[in-house]
Amino acid sequence: MKFLERLGVRRYKPSSGDVAKERLRLVLAHDRTSISPALLNTLKDEIITVISRHIAIDVEDVQVTFSQSAHESRLVADIPVLTGRRRRKR
Amino acid sequence: MKARVITVTSGKGGVGKTTLTANLGVALAMQGQRVVTIDADVGLRNLDVMLGLENRIVYDLVDVVEGRCQLRQAMVHDKRLSELFLLPAAQTRDKSAIKPEDMLRVCEDLRERCDFVLIDSPAGIEQGFRYAIAPADEVIIVTNPEVAAVRDADRVIGLIEAEEQGSSRLIINRIKPDMVRRGEMLSIADVVELLAIDLIGIVPEDQAILITANRGHPLAFSSNSSPTGQAFHNIARRLRGEDVPFVPLREPGMLERLFRFWRLGGSIL
Repeated sequence: MKFLERLGVRRYKPSSGDVAKERLRLVLAHDRTSISPALLNTLKDEIITVISRHIAIDVEDVQVTFSQSAHESRLVADIPVLTGRRRRKR
Repeated sequence: MKARVITVTSGKGGVGKTTLTANLGVALAMQGQRVVTIDADVGLRNLDVMLGLENRIVYDLVDVVEGRCQLRQAMVHDKRLSELFLLPAAQTRDKSAIKPEDMLRVCEDLRERCDFVLIDSPAGIEQGFRYAIAPADEVIIVTNPEVAAVRDADRVIGLIEAEEQGSSRLIINRIKPDMVRRGEMLSIADVVELLAIDLIGIVPEDQAILITANRGHPLAFSSNSSPTGQAFHNIARRLRGEDVPFVPLREPGMLERLFRFWRLGGSIL
């Protein structure tokens, strides 16, 4: 990669307009629901605790995020469940 | 006559509320509507200088509210347009001088005398914003295609929805078509998608705005001089209920830019 950069080949960089839009999407989602990133982390930890009590899950890959369309905000928890085979592998 | 009361607000300061209010007032009056513009920014008034009426103020909004004069004594008539009036803000007082009920009362009186009341709201979401939106039948939210302005606009839209303060529509101000084309500025579609409210106007950035503000002679007076002047008249027509299509943004060529610069009285030296 360093070599290519020296030759003038740039890594893909999103335009600042796209960056602005993505940042706004997140900021507005938080503003509209008054859920801070810190609260989101707390929720994630507690969800992990509760679910781990009953099911084996992949703690590292748990994601708790917002998704948003128009005026609707949605809290999405993506929790990978460990299958018997993957459990044996570890 | 039964006027519609429209408040122009934004949350963030400096996005062009006062410039828009002045130009929309001029555009509506040129289209034969009787318009009263109210400067609600008590303590930091500027609508008077935008309209070039600063030397003609005798009484102001606070004088009316506190009973020192009649409403019609405080209204400054724009001599360039028979149908345009300004109710100026007080400069030596602060926003605690006005309550939402005061604005309701003033606007109730004005409704019988004109077609449109345009209220120029102060920036922020405090007292001044509260009394500025209190009498509104409709709210115009002004934003710029930039992160801070869009965020604040979203906050204000939320507050207005919570107050159930009539419908609100969006003006995207100071857009630079060449920057949008290069992907270095939020596009109209981006902003509309993020804020999820109806669009009523797109106003391209134009140096002529500063030049006309310097002179106290809003750009809308010369409606055909530029896409920006035309944009104000299109918004005015949409406010009157006309279905005016949105003009695709285009970048002025070098020659056109020079020509307009001269015509507006700019000097190269």
